[in-house]
Amino acid sequence: MSLPTESIQKPQFSEAAKAEIDRICKQYPAERRKSAMLPVLHIAQAEFGGWVAPEVQDLVAEVLGVKPIEVYEVSTFYTMFNLKPVGKHVLEICRTGPCQLRGSDELTLELERITGAKVGEGPSADGLFTLKEVECLAACGFAPVVQVREKYYEQLDTEESVNAMLSELRNMVHRPALPWEETGLPNALANN
Amino acid sequence: MGRKLLTEHINVEGIDTIEVYRKHGGYRSVEKAIKTMTPDEVVEEVKKSGLRGRGGAGFPTGLKWSFLAKPEGVPRYLVCNADESEPGTFKDRQLMSKLPHLLIEGMITSSYALGANTSYIYIRGELLYVLRILEKAIAEAYAAGFLGKNILGSGYDLDLYVHPGGGAYICGEETALLESLEGKRGNPRNKPPFPAVSGLYARPTVVNNVESIAAVPVIVNDGGDEYAKIGVGKSTGTKLISACGHLNKPGIYEIELGVPVEEFIYSDEYCGGIWKGRDLKAVVAGGSSVPILPKELILKTAAGEPRLMTYESLSDGGFVTGTMLGSGGFIAMDETTCIVRNTWNFSRFYHHESCGQCSPCREGTGWLEKILHRIEHGHGTERDIDVLASVAKQIEGNTICPLGEAAAWPVSAAIRHFRDEFEWHIRHPQEATRPGAVYPGKAVLA
Repeated sequence: MSLPTESIQKPQFSEAAKAEIDRICKQYPAERRKSAMLPVLHIAQAEFGGWVAPEVQDLVAEVLGVKPIEVYEVSTFYTMFNLKPVGKHVLEICRTGPCQLRGSDELTLELERITGAKVGEGPSADGLFTLKEVECLAACGFAPVVQVREKYYEQLDTEESVNAMLSELRNMVHRPALPWEETGLPNALANN
Repeated sequence: MGRKLLTEHINVEGIDTIEVYRKHGGYRSVEKAIKTMTPDEVVEEVKKSGLRGRGGAGFPTGLKWSFLAKPEGVPRYLVCNADESEPGTFKDRQLMSKLPHLLIEGMITSSYALGANTSYIYIRGELLYVLRILEKAIAEAYAAGFLGKNILGSGYDLDLYVHPGGGAYICGEETALLESLEGKRGNPRNKPPFPAVSGLYARPTVVNNVESIAAVPVIVNDGGDEYAKIGVGKSTGTKLISACGHLNKPGIYEIELGVPVEEFIYSDEYCGGIWKGRDLKAVVAGGSSVPILPKELILKTAAGEPRLMTYESLSDGGFVTGTMLGSGGFIAMDETTCIVRNTWNFSRFYHHESCGQCSPCREGTGWLEKILHRIEHGHGTERDIDVLASVAKQIEGNTICPLGEAAAWPVSAAIRHFRDEFEWHIRHPQEATRPGAVYPGKAVLA
């Protein structure tokens, strides 16, 4: 096996993300910058295509002033961080008891049939959807439930509700802007 | 119609803004506490209220507060546990997204009582959209002078931040939560020392559930004695019950503790009965980790008394014939439900969520899942039921944190109350694995 000869472009955070990271780091004592690990990983995942490549995790380590291994051990522990490339939309289907009682198994099969993607495998052929089964999303009264980025799609027990979700996602022209770009920073916090 | 202490205004238009929230009496407890009470007096009111931790353990909140170490010159922290992940539980998400200022008000009043100058809300990572709602509301509270330096001219300073998790049930355990807040894997810590002595950043720390904190404003406003008048015995006040599964009206209900379980399930004020006109088979009353009970034992205790929605009544009979109020995650199952399948599902959950530190849990949850999987899929043997019970028994009490018990209890209880259904799966695998198969009852085993 030979080492790659092409140099991999080192990822960089956008200015908006950098500003948000600065704001977040101020929430913790100066010597406890590592506390920002999870929020910064969320930002990194949103910035770099919905997953955290090893180079992206190295960048997080650099920003936080920790060793890369400290990021790897966290990113592999928490289920929200995708460690492999994903489709444009990751459908996180809740599979836990209360959702199963209201048809999450059937929903998973239906989503596999419609999108052509398989749970736990790569994205659909059109690159639009990755299917991921997750544990309880704390929306049990509105089961079955799918989360896509920050949005919950609930009561997906009818053909109409499933189709409405999929067509909303299909019609999204590009990945939505990072949330703080739309809403602005909570400014009272920015001064602290 | 019971009193609503937390959710009375939940559907008021614009209640998520500080302006409307204050029009409905919001932030009064902050003014009252900071201007007219000492921190210890606030703690005393919470003690008098009898409020018990609403996250599941039910430990008295005032007592927990009184354990907080207060060495001179050492910062201490209040951390709100908003890592709501116990299957069946979805009350805090609703409370925070609709009434963000109620939690913030509770955090300020509670932080004042504990002498914390920095407090955190640790919210599960999946609820990033709720984090944004909370951050917007926090910014409003800063602008109104309820947060920041010299709150209401009192000289008391408080900063409040929201911190997202990353997808890990175990972070609802308070020491795992603190590890996670420090930027690490969510591995629970050995205790002692308890967080009250050495918590976040090794400082004295109190960790409280969202709903516990949200109850503090009404306790301070009306007094602990008034709060304690609601409810039955040591189950004081109101509780949010998140009802799900096979109910006509799943959702979040604020009840006065003491409502009969039967009324909660069947009356139109609450869940409106079982869906599709079916009969009730079983209930998991307090989140997936508490023992499942068959219909006859959830509606009435073994002694034939009506079962009430209180800590005491639900646990009447111990684990032989009782269960727990837990987090208030109320999961109802109709007569067509396969108990083996449901138990396997919960075991898969706990296996997936075990942090892996303690071998009885790491290995034991794996065995529970594997054995239940093979029984559910028609490959079980007669020995399996006893092996399951034995593995569950060996996890219990042998782990650093209660995830071990949480994984073991549902399995032990399912075998205790539904053993014949497991036997049917083992002895009649072809019938039991047919799609849509429903256990026909004990007669089939004869």
